[in-house]
Amino acid sequence: MSISRRRLLGTGGGLVLAGAAGAGCGSNTGRDGGGKSGKPTLSQWYHQYGEPGTEQAVKRYADAFDDAHVEVQWRPGNYDQQTAAALLTTSGPDVFEVNGPTLDQIQGGQVVDLTDLLREAKDDINPAVLAPKTYEGKIWAIPQVVDMQLLYYRTSMLEDAGVEPPRTLDALVDAAKKLTTRDVKGLFLGNDGGPGVLGGTPLQAAGLELITEDGKVGFDDPAAARALGKLRQLYKEKSLLLGAPSDWSDPAAFTQGLTAMQWSGLWALPQVKKALGDDFGVLPFPKDGAHGRPAVPVGAYAAAVSARSEHKELAKAFVKWLWVEKTEYQEDFALTYGFHIPARISLAQKAAKLRQGPAGEAVRFATEHGHAEPLLWTPASKVAYQDALSRVIKGGANPESELRSVVRKTAAELRRVQNPQKKS
Amino acid sequence: MPSRLTGHRHRTLWFWIFVGPFVLGLTLFTYVPLAWSAYLSFFDAHNTVSPTRFVGLDNYTAMLRDDAFTGSLVTFLVFTAFIVPATYILSLSLALMVNRLPRAQAFFRSVFFLPVACSYVVAALIWKMSIFNGVRFGLANTVLGWFGADQIAWLSTTDPPWYWLVIVTVRLWLQAGFYMVLFLAGLQRVSPRLYEAAAVDGARPGWQVFRHITFPQLRATSVAVVLLLVINAFQAFDEFYNLLADSRGYPPYARPPLVYLYYTALGQGQDLGLGSAGAVILALIIAVVTVIQARWFGLGRKED
Repeated sequence: MSISRRRLLGTGGGLVLAGAAGAGCGSNTGRDGGGKSGKPTLSQWYHQYGEPGTEQAVKRYADAFDDAHVEVQWRPGNYDQQTAAALLTTSGPDVFEVNGPTLDQIQGGQVVDLTDLLREAKDDINPAVLAPKTYEGKIWAIPQVVDMQLLYYRTSMLEDAGVEPPRTLDALVDAAKKLTTRDVKGLFLGNDGGPGVLGGTPLQAAGLELITEDGKVGFDDPAAARALGKLRQLYKEKSLLLGAPSDWSDPAAFTQGLTAMQWSGLWALPQVKKALGDDFGVLPFPKDGAHGRPAVPVGAYAAAVSARSEHKELAKAFVKWLWVEKTEYQEDFALTYGFHIPARISLAQKAAKLRQGPAGEAVRFATEHGHAEPLLWTPASKVAYQDALSRVIKGGANPESELRSVVRKTAAELRRVQNPQKKS
Repeated sequence: MPSRLTGHRHRTLWFWIFVGPFVLGLTLFTYVPLAWSAYLSFFDAHNTVSPTRFVGLDNYTAMLRDDAFTGSLVTFLVFTAFIVPATYILSLSLALMVNRLPRAQAFFRSVFFLPVACSYVVAALIWKMSIFNGVRFGLANTVLGWFGADQIAWLSTTDPPWYWLVIVTVRLWLQAGFYMVLFLAGLQRVSPRLYEAAAVDGARPGWQVFRHITFPQLRATSVAVVLLLVINAFQAFDEFYNLLADSRGYPPYARPPLVYLYYTALGQGQDLGLGSAGAVILALIIAVVTVIQARWFGLGRKED
C-alpha cells in the first residue's frame, strides 16, 4: 500500500519532535549533580575578556550563587551583534553584560528596570558611568567595572627628540611630527587614523559636548571644526602610525617601538609596564583652544536583565547579589586579571594598585576629565560622526561642512528618540 | 528492487522524499525571511522583528536619500569595474597558457585552482596582516624598502586609494583559478578542425588565431563567466569586512551595500526596518541588472 503524503508528513513531524525531545534531554545534563537539581537555571552572558583567568573567575562567582543554577556563556566575536539578535528571541540570556544598553533597547522594552537594586548603593557608583545607564530617572543596568583610555608616551624617545609631554593639541601635533623618523612614527591612534577610537574626545577637549544635559546637539560650534582640523594635520604630516599588525587596543605597537606615543586603554598598562619598565608616562587627550580642558573617555560594561527572561525576579536577585552585594568578587574581577577601575567608588579608593605611578594618574584623569558616551548619542549619530571624522582626517574634507551635516543628522535622531508617541 | 516501490504510483512519493527536504529548507531559510524582510521594510522596526508602527514608504525614501547608501552603490560599481575585467583577463590568460603546456598540465591546473579552496576570511587576514600591513616589516613594504621607497599604509590611505589594490588582489587570487577551469573546459570544446582549417588558410598562430577562432568560440563560456563575476561582486562582503572593519565600525570608504546594510540592520543600531528597505532596493537592482545582462548577452537563446 502506498504511504499517503499526509501520513509521510505526519511521520516526519513525529521524528522532528522525537529529535527535539532527545536534544532536550541531552542539553541539561551538565552540572546538575552539585546539589542544585530542581533549582531553575539562569543563563548569563559575558563578552570575551582577553586576560587569562577571567572566565574561570566569573564561573566561580556564578557557582557560589545559591538560589539558581547559573550557566555562564563566554562569547567571543561580535558580542554587541550577538546580544542584540538574541534579545529578539526567548532563547537569549537571562542576565547579560552589555556595553550599553542602547536607548532603543531601553525604549523597545528589551531590558528590565533595575532601579530597585541600587536603592542603597547608588551613591557609591561612579556617577559618570551610571549616567548613561539611566533613562527617565530609572536605572537599566548595573555598571561592573570602569574602563578608560589615555595617551601613553615613551619618556626616553621624547627626551631624545627634545620634546615635552604635550599639554595642548597643538603641542601634540608638533611633538608627533618631531618624533617621527624613518622607522618610528610619532603617534598611533588606531589603524584607521583615529576616527574609531577618538570619537567625541577631541570635541570634549575643545570644551564641547556630544549631547548637552538638556538633550541638544553639543558641538554646533566653530571650536569643533578647529579641533578636527588639527587631527587632519597629524595625518597629513605623516606623523601617524597606520596599518600596524595589531590595533590601538593592544599596546604591541608601542612596546615594540613602532610608535613613540599611542592611544590605548588602561587595560594595557600592566603589559606596557612589563615591557618598558619605567620608560613611559601617561596623559589625557590634551586640551584645545581657550575653553578647552583635557579629556578621557570612560565607559562601563554593565549587567542587564533581558525582558524576555522567564525568571526575571531571580535574574534581578542574581545581579543584585553579584554586582551590588558581593564587593569582594567585584574587587577580584576588576583588579586581579585585567586592569580596570572598580565601578564602586569605595572599592576604587581602597585599591592599592590604583594609587601610585601612572595607574594613579589614570584614575585621577578618569575622575577629573572623564566623559562617558551619552545615552542619546545613538548608533546612527555615531556612525555619521565617525564617517565625517574619517573624511576630514584622511580625505581632507572641510571640517565645517562635514560637521554641519553631522549636526543635522544628530538633531534628527534626537527628535526621533525624544518623540514620545513612538512606542506602543 | 521490490516492484511495489518502483511503480508509477510511487513516483509522487519518491519525488517528495528527494525534493521535500530541499523545498522545506528553501522555504524556511530563504522565502520566509525574504517575505518577512519585505514586511519589516514598511515599519519602524528598531530592535524588534514584530513591529507595530507602520511608516509606509518612509524607510525607502530615507534610504534613497542617504548619501552613505548611494555612496555604497558607487563603491560597488567601482569594485565591479576593477574586478570583472581583471578576473576575466587573468583567468583566460591562465587557461590559454595551461592549455598549451605539453606536460604537467594537471599539476599546473591544480596549482592555480588551489586558492579557490581557501576561505575568504583567512585570505583577507593574510592580506591584511602579513602582505599589506602598513609597517616596515610587511611583505609589500619590505619590497618597497629595497628600492628605497617610503612605507605605505595600504588599507588606510585614501589618496591615492591604495586599499583597492588590496581588495582587488585578494579576490583575484581567490577566484581566478575557478574561472580558469571554466575557460579550460571551454577551450577543450573548440574543434581542432577549426585550427587546422585556419592554418591551411594561412592564419598566423598566436593573436590572429585567438582573435578569430578561439575567442569567438568561447562566447558561451565568456557570457557565463561575466554573469557569475558580476553576481559574485554584488555579494561581496567577507573580504571587505575582514580587511577594513575594526571593533569600532567601518570606514566610510570602500563600503559596499551589503556591509553598509549589515551595520544598519544588525550593528548596534538594529534598525531592521531601514536595513530591510535597503535590502529590498538592492534585490531589485540585482534583478534588473541580471535581466538586462541576460538580454544583452542573449543568455538562454539557442546556440546556433
